[in-house]
Amino acid sequence: MPRGLRLDVALTLLVLAALALAPLLGFGANYYLTLFARIMILAAAAVSLSFLVGGAGLASLGHAAAMGVGAYAVAILDAHRLTDITIVLPAALAAAALFSLLTGAIAIRTEGVNFIMITLAFGQMAFFTASSLAAYGGDDGYTLYDRTEIFGSRLMENRLFFHYLCLGFLVLCWGICAMLLASRFGRVLRAARENPLRAQAVGFAPYPYRLLAYVIAGTLAGLAGVLFANATEFVAPAYMSWPRSGELIFMVILGGLGRLSGAILGAVLFVLLETWLPNLTTHWKMIFGPLLILAVLFMRGGLIGVLGARRG
Amino acid sequence: MFWGRAVADALLSVRGLRKHYGGLAVTNNVSLEVQPGEIHALIGPNGAGKTTLIHQITGTVMPDAGRVIFAGRDITRLSLPQRVHAGLARSFQITSIIAGFSVLENVTLAAQGQSGSSFRFFRAAAGETALNENARAALAEVGLADRASIIAGALSHGEKRALEIAIALATRPKLLLLDEPLAGAGPEETEKLITLLRGLKSRYAVLLVEHDMQAVFALADRISVLAEGRIIASGSTADIRLSAEVRAAYLGEEEVPC
Repeated sequence: MPRGLRLDVALTLLVLAALALAPLLGFGANYYLTLFARIMILAAAAVSLSFLVGGAGLASLGHAAAMGVGAYAVAILDAHRLTDITIVLPAALAAAALFSLLTGAIAIRTEGVNFIMITLAFGQMAFFTASSLAAYGGDDGYTLYDRTEIFGSRLMENRLFFHYLCLGFLVLCWGICAMLLASRFGRVLRAARENPLRAQAVGFAPYPYRLLAYVIAGTLAGLAGVLFANATEFVAPAYMSWPRSGELIFMVILGGLGRLSGAILGAVLFVLLETWLPNLTTHWKMIFGPLLILAVLFMRGGLIGVLGARRG
Repeated sequence: MFWGRAVADALLSVRGLRKHYGGLAVTNNVSLEVQPGEIHALIGPNGAGKTTLIHQITGTVMPDAGRVIFAGRDITRLSLPQRVHAGLARSFQITSIIAGFSVLENVTLAAQGQSGSSFRFFRAAAGETALNENARAALAEVGLADRASIIAGALSHGEKRALEIAIALATRPKLLLLDEPLAGAGPEETEKLITLLRGLKSRYAVLLVEHDMQAVFALADRISVLAEGRIIASGSTADIRLSAEVRAAYLGEEEVPC
């Protein structure tokens, strides 16, 4: 590994520092804080997906479903007036982990395109299940009565607190995934991604490692979903749909598959573009789409590829 | 046939192995043994079924009938990773390394497999000195000590072949199964690799599949000859050199490129 601070990591730290300072530097208006929350939560989900795709080689097209499970845990408990974090957090964690375990146990038996298709199918199953939950808004989605309470306090409604909570979560996600990739566990994942036969020939059956990686990534996404539900105070089936999964994949690829920091940079760029472009024209998606295609075509290795960071 | 020694002494004992693909008997009642500390070469013309036999011994192909006994244990139904843990390491005919890993990490991965659980999540694996030392020892053994920190994909072909052997050694095997370790190596590289393999002799049992007859006769203690899925001869190098059946089936074709 090259010595010193890598450019992509340095830039990511700069972005995180900017997010930390933004509310103090005149970007404290609700409009900005809402935008930042969206960036940070989606970036955290994208980091967990990057861990899965770039680290373990599992290109899931159903990652939004795990995020949606976390969000729906908040909504369903909210409908029963259960809003304290001591209930919401364990429930959301367990639901996202269980969902990932059950779908992953089947999906990871397949590889390549089949894996992509089966994760997509599970994602759509979750989407249609959510759409049919009439008691929790069905197609229309569900508006929360309250944000999640922290030991009875309504701290989450403090926008500044929520801002730093999201930032903390993003940093935590990045740290956890980086730590895992560098560990023994991560080494087996990386080896099995690049050469599964070689991994087996030194004694590692990839399946249990991959399944655990899938559950960890899904659980982190579920946590992101809890924050997302709180940020928007609203939950809808669209949170689980495949376009959202596709967006997450896009953030990862836009930033660069080889590094976790790429997912953060990709998410920032993606959300900023989808926020600014509509100001130019109502047909902004006609610019956004081709822009993304050009980015993939000409920025091999994504943003971090452009920054000159090597794939690792 | 020379089934001189008792089966109980053998480290690896393959008994009556059969594998059919449709009507074709690719492995037809094959029995062979590898004794501790010997280099046992498996030779045979192209299409003789060497690769399929190797796959059955290593666990990537399951036999239709027969048994594989390794270190006194029936491993016939074990998977490839389970066999590695039992002490059976293999190299591949087509170089199989992790090109994106450093040379050292390729070997530490193998050492890691023999050193407790890999469901460890907190400590950076690169900082585990015990693993790194084991890996460096294996690299030193194959002469790659000074190449440890470069990316494995950047090695020369001969060095990659040597790295494969280092990876196999780092799994602390009882038996090395080397599938054409000299394949694709130039004359100079071949010489280096033969020296390397000779250095392993007596410390490891080796089942060597190789097309290079000079190398086989230079290294092997015993040779088994496979033709059309059957072992047609098995014995010392001298026996095999003299066997008329072997000459007819195989050595006569030695000039034919592999």
